[in-house]
Amino acid sequence: MRPTTLASQSAVLNPAVLYTVLLVLGLLAPFTLYPTFLMKVLCFALFASAFNLLLGFAGLLSFGHAAFLGSAGYVCGLMVRDLGVTPEVGILAGTVVAGLMGWVFGSLAIRRTGIYFAMITLALAQMVYFLVLQIKATGGEDGLQGVPRGHLFGIVDLSDNMAMYYTVYAVFCLGFFIIYRTIHSPFGQILKAIRENEPRAISLGYDVDKFKLLAFVISAALSGTAGATKTLVFQLASLSDVHWHMSGEVVLMTLLGGLGTILGPAVGGATIVTIQNQLADSVGSWVTVIMGAIFVVCVLLFRRGIVGEIQALLKRAGMQ
Amino acid sequence: MLDKKLLTVACAAVFATLSAGAQAQYSGNVVKIGVLTDLSGTYSDLAGSGAVLATEMAIADFIAKEKPAFKIEMVSSDHQNKADIAANKAREWFEREGVDTATELVTTSTALAVMKIAKEKDRIALINGAASTPITNEQCNDVSVHYTYDTYALSNGTAKAVTQQGGKTWFFLTADYAFGHALEKDATAVITANGGKVLGSVAHPFPGSDFSSFLLQAQASGAQVIGLANAGADTTNAIKQAAEFGITPKQSLAGLLMFITDVHSLGLKPTQGMYLTTGFYWDRNDETRAWAKRFFDKQKRMPTMVQAGQYSSIYHYLEAVKAAGTDDTMKVMAAMKKAPINDFFAKNGVIRADGRMVHDMYLVQVKKPADSKYPWDYYTIRQTIPADQAFQPLSESRCPLVKK
Repeated sequence: MRPTTLASQSAVLNPAVLYTVLLVLGLLAPFTLYPTFLMKVLCFALFASAFNLLLGFAGLLSFGHAAFLGSAGYVCGLMVRDLGVTPEVGILAGTVVAGLMGWVFGSLAIRRTGIYFAMITLALAQMVYFLVLQIKATGGEDGLQGVPRGHLFGIVDLSDNMAMYYTVYAVFCLGFFIIYRTIHSPFGQILKAIRENEPRAISLGYDVDKFKLLAFVISAALSGTAGATKTLVFQLASLSDVHWHMSGEVVLMTLLGGLGTILGPAVGGATIVTIQNQLADSVGSWVTVIMGAIFVVCVLLFRRGIVGEIQALLKRAGMQ
Repeated sequence: MLDKKLLTVACAAVFATLSAGAQAQYSGNVVKIGVLTDLSGTYSDLAGSGAVLATEMAIADFIAKEKPAFKIEMVSSDHQNKADIAANKAREWFEREGVDTATELVTTSTALAVMKIAKEKDRIALINGAASTPITNEQCNDVSVHYTYDTYALSNGTAKAVTQQGGKTWFFLTADYAFGHALEKDATAVITANGGKVLGSVAHPFPGSDFSSFLLQAQASGAQVIGLANAGADTTNAIKQAAEFGITPKQSLAGLLMFITDVHSLGLKPTQGMYLTTGFYWDRNDETRAWAKRFFDKQKRMPTMVQAGQYSSIYHYLEAVKAAGTDDTMKVMAAMKKAPINDFFAKNGVIRADGRMVHDMYLVQVKKPADSKYPWDYYTIRQTIPADQAFQPLSESRCPLVKK
């Protein structure tokens, strides 16, 4: 087993300090940056982190995570808009539905590995895409529009951007904490063991399938949390959330930020969202080209991703 | 000494009031237009940078002709056909950058998303590129204008005219999602009302690339007209493959949602003889030619109806701002609805209570390659569909703003 990244990190940088600084930064950010944009960053950061739990720590490349993000978004949107439930119930419902879907997808997909695993998840996600396209309730290609942000716990009015931001921030922190705990638990250690050498984990007596499935379900459920929150932020759910492009984008986010690092996917998610949003005004049609170029450069030169490279640098500096 | 101080304070107070007064008229002392369009994807040809150019032209022309007392600025952004990016950008524009109107908005999902935000933030949405009818029906609101065209106008115009001109039997090739089925349903109603008959239809997956089996079914049906109830790449692929199978010109095709850019990219060979409805054709009269030539000099392409409509809608908006003497949303909307639109794009165009701008539409037929004398000489105008017949009548509107 590879030495855990945390151990090497703690030699040079105390994670407790790092996370406290980041937490405070997150609290102060909406005073300087545009809150709606930050909320989008947080949603995608959580989505990428959830995805990374599966790819980075269990070594399973799912190519269908958009299905969880999107379905949860639609479920949350429909419940808040048409049934009039409060936002937190909507998010919870989205999470549960995504978790259940994750259980179904996972049960089928973990029977295979590698490319077959990716293809099964892709196929199932495409089925979800076509379902969403066809069902009347989802609004087809027009998307689910006009979802009210509502009142959190029936009290706090979320149409205020600041209130919404701190709600999203709380959801993100909770989700991120769950992922952090999962990775640093004995369960997380076993996942890494499976990633590194599956036959050995089996020979040690672990029921590998059970662990993989549980990781899949947690990852799907948290992707759902991200999707449901995103729907509330933008007050809409659209087909692009369930499209396979989204499944590809989350792979890009994770790779760019640093596969298998804890903060990496969040950084990657933030980077991609920033590029998409900020460059859209200045360079127009070049956005997609720039994204492609970044991906190529990342894969060729920074294979560990942004956070992975920084960690490697710190580690080298610490050794000298 | 004291008096001088007092005077200074008084002067400052007067100036403050004056400038506050001016700000109340034009927020931020400037009328700001945000063009939110597809600059990189499927619709960048029919809207995209051409729509941005059209907006710039409208602003420049308005300043040159009307010499307004207010400043006009424009920002543009690529929404990448994603509703969440569009929503994010529109929100930012309205909340932070003082944008007064978000325009263009190709792709219905982005248009609907921006309409909701415009309503919430009390700003205006001028929709040109998006096509679906919910914009002026179930989802309508009083701060949005659907300016150029919609699917109702296109499918009705084409289906009616083709049936009346002898295309009595139809077979539909329908994209298998709500939009495609809506097109087919609307067109079918018109065909039967005009004495035609629909022999059958086949739904193809969306997006589709291989249409061979569907086209063979259409061929076997023996229908005179094959209606293409789809859009974008689905339509162009179906047309190409129909030509390869030799279906055209024995049976004719009718595109229910087609643009001049589609004809341009396919060429005249596979598209010749097709009927389609459009809100604008550059080679219609001297006025349209003059404008289109100016557009062509900069863009190196002839304008689509979306781009022409974009120019017209921006010009009309600025006129309304001038007439109202303010950029206050409801006052400008009232001025826009009050004044008829008369320019190269529309004659006596009117914005209705549901937000639909109604104007004449044109039924055109694509020329044979031999008849095309110069670049972009693609259409023969077969019929002008008067405004009151071209669009969905107000009595059928499902918009809650329409009082019946």
